[in-house]
Amino acid sequence: MKITLKVWRQQNGKTPGNFNTYTLPDVSEDMSFLEMFDVLNDELIRKGEDPIAFDHDCREGICGMCSMYINGRAHGPLTGTTTCQLHMRHFNDGDTIVVEPWRASAFPIIKDLMVDRSAFDRVIQAGGFISVNTGNAVDANSIPIPKEDADKAFDAAACIGCGACVATCKNASAMLFVSAKVSQLALLPQGQPERHLRVKKMVEVMDEEGFGNCTNTGACEVECPKGISLDHIARMNRDYLVSNIVD
Amino acid sequence: MILDAKIPEGPIAEKWTRYKATIPLVNPANKRNIEIIVVGTGLAGASAAATLGEMGYKVKAFCFQDSPRRAHSIAAQGGINAAKNYSNDGDSVHRLFYDTIKGGDYRSREANVHRLAEVSTAIIDQCVAQGVPFAREYGGLLDNRSFGGVQVSRTFYAKGQTGQQLLLGAYSALSRQIGRKQVQIFSRHEMLDVVIIDGKARGIIARDLITGKLERHFGHAVVLATGGYGNVFFLSTNAMGSNTTAIWKAHKKGAFFGNPCFTQIHPTCIPVSGDHQSKLTLMSESLRNDGRIWVPKKKDDSRKAVDIPEEERDYYLERRYPAFGNLVPRDIASRAAKERCDAGYGVGSSKMAVYLDFSDSIRRLGKDVIEARYGNLFEIYEKITGEDPYTTPMRIYPAVHYTMGGLWVDYNLMTTIPGLYATGECNFSDHGANRLGASALMQGLADGYFVLPITIGEFLSKDIRTKAIPTDHPEFEKAEKEAQERIARLMSIKGSKPVDHFHKELGKVMWEYCGMARNAEGLQKAKKMVQDIRTSFWKEVIIPGSADETNQELEKALRVADFLELGELMIDDAFDRNESCGGHFREEYQTEDGEALRDDNNYAYVSAWEYKGDNQAEVLHKEPLVFENVKLVQRSYK
Amino acid sequence: MALSGLFLCTFLVVHLLGNLQLFQNDGGVAFNLYSAFMANNPLIKTIAYVNYAFILLHIIDGFYLAAQNRKARPQGYAKVDQSKSSSWSSRNMALLGTIILVFLIVHMKSFWFEMKFGNMPVTTIEGQSYKDMYSVVVEAFSQPWYAALYVVSMFAIGFHLYHGFASGFQSLGIRHHRYTPAIQNLGTFLFAILIPALFAAMPVYFCLKNL
Ligand SMILES: Cc1cc2nc3c(=O)[nH]c(=O)nc-3n(C[C@H](O)[C@H](O)[C@H](O)COP(=O)(O)OP(=O)(O)OC[C@H]3O[C@@H](n4cnc5c(N)ncnc54)[C@H](O)[C@@H]3O)c2cc1C
Ligand code: HEM
Ligand code: SF4
Ligand code: FES
Repeated sequence: MKITLKVWRQQNGKTPGNFNTYTLPDVSEDMSFLEMFDVLNDELIRKGEDPIAFDHDCREGICGMCSMYINGRAHGPLTGTTTCQLHMRHFNDGDTIVVEPWRASAFPIIKDLMVDRSAFDRVIQAGGFISVNTGNAVDANSIPIPKEDADKAFDAAACIGCGACVATCKNASAMLFVSAKVSQLALLPQGQPERHLRVKKMVEVMDEEGFGNCTNTGACEVECPKGISLDHIARMNRDYLVSNIVD
Repeated sequence: MILDAKIPEGPIAEKWTRYKATIPLVNPANKRNIEIIVVGTGLAGASAAATLGEMGYKVKAFCFQDSPRRAHSIAAQGGINAAKNYSNDGDSVHRLFYDTIKGGDYRSREANVHRLAEVSTAIIDQCVAQGVPFAREYGGLLDNRSFGGVQVSRTFYAKGQTGQQLLLGAYSALSRQIGRKQVQIFSRHEMLDVVIIDGKARGIIARDLITGKLERHFGHAVVLATGGYGNVFFLSTNAMGSNTTAIWKAHKKGAFFGNPCFTQIHPTCIPVSGDHQSKLTLMSESLRNDGRIWVPKKKDDSRKAVDIPEEERDYYLERRYPAFGNLVPRDIASRAAKERCDAGYGVGSSKMAVYLDFSDSIRRLGKDVIEARYGNLFEIYEKITGEDPYTTPMRIYPAVHYTMGGLWVDYNLMTTIPGLYATGECNFSDHGANRLGASALMQGLADGYFVLPITIGEFLSKDIRTKAIPTDHPEFEKAEKEAQERIARLMSIKGSKPVDHFHKELGKVMWEYCGMARNAEGLQKAKKMVQDIRTSFWKEVIIPGSADETNQELEKALRVADFLELGELMIDDAFDRNESCGGHFREEYQTEDGEALRDDNNYAYVSAWEYKGDNQAEVLHKEPLVFENVKLVQRSYK
Repeated sequence: MALSGLFLCTFLVVHLLGNLQLFQNDGGVAFNLYSAFMANNPLIKTIAYVNYAFILLHIIDGFYLAAQNRKARPQGYAKVDQSKSSSWSSRNMALLGTIILVFLIVHMKSFWFEMKFGNMPVTTIEGQSYKDMYSVVVEAFSQPWYAALYVVSMFAIGFHLYHGFASGFQSLGIRHHRYTPAIQNLGTFLFAILIPALFAAMPVYFCLKNL
C-alpha cells in the first residue's frame, strides 16, 4: 500500500525543526510501524541523506524505548500497543500519517523523534525502591502476600516507562508513571516502612523536573500501552495527602 | 599460556562456602577509594553495580539505551529457576546443579554450576524483598511452574514478564545507589574499548551517543555485563541494539573467547514475514505444554490448516519422540522443525514454518482455560501476524535466542585480563552447550548480586594502594586514538550500501552455515563468505551525517564491524568441534536416527580462543572439563 | 483545587436552594427575606467570606495550574487527536472556568454590589423595610441578553462540573471501584445537569414571563 509520512525532523536540541514529507509506494501490511521507518531510512541512506533518528530496542513492546506521536496519538491509533508492535495493516492505502516526537519540556528533543526521558530515572532515584541491601533478605515465603495485592502490585509494576502518558497528557503530567511505582510498592508489605517518605520525595522530584499537573483528564490511562489504571493515581494522591498530614 | 580456572579445593558442595570464607576483604575505608566500571545494566550489570555501590565502592555504570531499565533482560518472559523446593517435589541444590550440567550436554564447569545452584535460592529472597511481584497462590505464598524439560517445578515467574520484573527490581536497587551518589550512571553511552595499563584492565573508552564525544573513564577494575551476541545472525530474538562490541574489543585486547559457536536456537518464534523483517519475536516455550506441533504429510500442501484432515497431518515430534513428544528440549525441537521445512513440508507463504495447534486443547479444556494460560501470548501473536490462534493454528519457526559462548572466565568471573570481569550472558560460564529455560536470569542475578561482588575482592584487595590513574595516561590516549581512527575510517568510506545490508548478508551466512546444523564443508565456505562481506563492508558502507552528533548509523556500523569479525571466530570454533553437543549440531556427527553424537573423549573441553592480531588465525586453548560429580550419559528423550 | 472546587459545589447547592425562593408566587417576600438574612446574619456573612476566599483561591490556583501546565509543553503537537482518550470538558476546564469567572463578575456586580453599595428600591414586609432584591433580580432577568448570559454560563458550569466534581474526588485520592461510579453519576446528573438547569430556569422563566 501507499503511505505518505509527514515526519518531524530536527537536527538536535538546539536547532529548530520542521516537517518533511516522504512517500512510500510499497508498504507491506505485515510490516511494523518501525520496520516501515527502516525501509524509509534505507532509502534515505542510499541517497546519502540523514536517516530519521528514532528510539527503539526490544521491538517487542516491553523495553519502553520506542515512542512517536502518530496522527495525534501516543504510540498511534491502537490502544494497548507500543509503536514497535503497531502493524501497518491498521492503516489504509493512501493514508497520510503525521509523526512527531513526544513533546514535553521534561522530555527535551535530542534529534528527530528521539527525546530524553531521563527525568523518569531521576524520579525513581528519588525513592522508587525498597531500601534493602543485597544479602539482607529474609526467606521469600516468610512474607505471605494476599494474591489480590500481589496481582495489583504486578499490574502497577507492568509500566514500561515509555512516557506515552506524559506525551498524551494535555498537561504533560507524569502522574501515571510515578503513581505506578508508588502504588506498586505501597501495595506490598515490604514497601510499608518507606511508604510516606517515598511518595513525598518522588512527587517533589517529579515537580522539579518540570512535568505538568494532573487534572484527571484520564487520557494517560487510555493511551498507556500497558493499561496502567487511574486507581494508582488515586492511591498516590491519598498517600501524598496522608504523608503531608502525618508529619 | 595455561588456563587456570582457579577452582577452589574441596568437595563440590563446600567449595563456594569455604572459598567465600577465605577471600581477602577490602576494608570500608579503602572501598571508598576504589572505583569500578560496570558496563551493562541488564540483570547481571545492574545487580552488580547496585551491590558494589552498597558495599561502598565508587561505581560507574554504562548502558547504550536511554535508561538502565531498558536493558535486554527486560524482554525475558518465562521465569527464573531456584532450588527452593517450595513445591515439595524433591528439588534440591544438587538436582538443579545436575539438571543444568546435563541440560548443557556436559560442556560446562561443575564448580561454577554448583555455585549457581547454591545461590539461586538467595536470589528469590532478594527479589521479593525488593518488591518484585512474583506470581502467588491464594494462600499468599509464591507459585512455581515447571519449565523446559525438567521434572520439578522450580520456576518462579511474574506472568509472562519475569525478566521485566526482575530487571526493574535490580534497576530500583541501582537507582537507589545512584540517588546516594555511590553509582554514577552513563546512559546512551557505548563502550568502544577497554584500556589496559601494566597488564591490568584500568578503564574504558566510551562514546557519548548524543554528542558523539569519546570519553575516557578510569576504574580499578572493569566489569563487562553486556549481554549476548545473537545479533550476529541479524535476525534473532535479541533487542536491536544487543551487540558484541564490548566483549569483542576485550577479546582483541587479550581476553580469551570461550565456546563462541555455542548458540541456542529457540523453537517457538513467530516466523519471518518478509524482507523488511527486523527482528524475531519469541513465543514462550510454555505454549508447547498445550499446543501440538505438526506439518502436512503432503509436500507443498497449500490448503488452509483447518482444511487438512487429521490423518493427513504429521505430528512429527510425537512421532519421533514418543516419550517427550512436543516437550523435547529446545535444540531438538528446533532441529526437527528445520528438518521438516528443508524437506519441503513447511507451511505459510514462506514455507519456513510449522504449525503449533491448540484446537485439541481447546476442545479438551475449553477456550477459557487456554485463554487464562496463554491469553497474552495469543494477543501478541495476533498483533504481529493478524491471525487468531484460537481458530487458526499458530505458525512458528526456530530463531536464534541466546549465546552460551562468551568471554572465558575463571571461578572468580575474571577473564584472562587481570581486573577485567565478565558476568551474565556475555561470559561463557554456566550453560555449557545448551541453556535450560529460566536459567539465564538466574545466572545473571547470581553473578551480579552474589558472586562477583565477593570474588572481585580477590583482585581489588591487592590493589588498595593503587591511586586513581589520570586519564591522560598514554594508554588512555592510545585507546581513544584507536577508537577515533576506526570511526574516522568508517565515516570516510562513503560507499553506497547501508550498514543493514551487510548485517543481513552476514546473518544469512551465519544462519545457513553456522546455525541449527553445521558441517565442515559449509563452515569452510562460510568462513570465506564472511571474510568477503567484511572486505566489502569496509569498502562500500555508507554512513551519512557526522561522527560528532547523534548518529544511529554510525552506532550500527561500529557494532556490525565487530560482528563481522566475531562471525568468523564462531565458524572457526564450530569447525574445530568435531562432535555434536547441545546447540552445536554437526551433521557429520549424529546417531543413526539423527540425534546429536557427543565425543567426550576428545571434546570434553572449553575452547578458549586467543586473538593474535588482524588477519591472523586465532589460537585455540583448551580448558579440560573434569566431571567428578555427575556421570556423562547420552541425552535421550525418546 | 479539589478542596476549593468541592467546597464551591456545596455552596452551589445551598445557593440554589435559596434562589429557588424566587419561584414562590408571593411577589418576592420569601426571596427578599432570604436575601436580607443572607446579607445580615453574621454566621452567613463569615461563611460568605470563606466562600469568596475559596473562589479566589480556586481562581488563582486554577490560573496558576493552567500556566504551569502550559509551561510543561512549550511546543505543542501539529496534530492532536484527544477525542478518543479524554472528555472535552476535562480538556477545557480553564476555558469553562474563565466563562464562569466572567459570569461571576457580572453576577456580583448586578446583585452583590447593588445590595451592598447600590441604590436599592425598598419594600416593606410586615412593617419592616427591606431592600427589594426581588425586583432587582426580576428586572435583570427580564432582559434577554442577561438571561442569555446566564444560560450560557450555566452550560459552562455544567460542563465544568461534569468533569470537576468527580475529578475533585480523584484528586483527594477517593476512588473505589464501588463508589466511584456513584460519584461520577452524582457529578453528571446532579451537578452537571440538574443544578445548572435549575439555575438557568430562573432567568428563562422571568424573561419569558416578561415577553
Ligand atoms: C525474548 C527472550 C526471552 C527470554 N526469556 C528468558 C527466560 O524466561 N528465562 C531466562 O532465564 N532467560 C531468558 N532469556 C535470556 C535472558 O533474558 C538473557 O540471557 C539475560 O537477560 C541477559 O542478561 P545480561 O544482564 O547478561 O545482559 P542484557 O540484559 O542483554 O544487558 C546488556 C547490557 O549491556 C549494555 N551494553 C551492551 N553493549 C554495550 C556497549 N558496547 N557499551 C555499553 N553498554 C553496553 C546494554 O545497554 C545493557 O544494559 C530470554 C531472552 C530473550 C531474548
Ligand atoms: C461555581 C463555581 C465553581 C465550582 C463549583 C468549581 C468546581 C471545580 C471543581 C470541583 C474542580 C475539580 C478540582 C480537582 O479536580 O481537583 C474544578 C477545577 C477547576 N476549576 Fe473550578 N469551579 C468553579 C469556578 C471556577 C472558576 C471561576 C474558575 C476560574 C477561572 C475555575 C477554574 C478551574 C480550573 C482551572 C480547574 C482546573 C482543574 C482541572 O482542569 O481539572 N473554576 N473546579
Ligand atoms: S504509565 Fe503507561 S504510558 Fe506511562 S510510562 Fe508507564 S507504561 Fe508508559
Ligand atoms: S522497542 Fe521496546 S517497547 Fe517498543
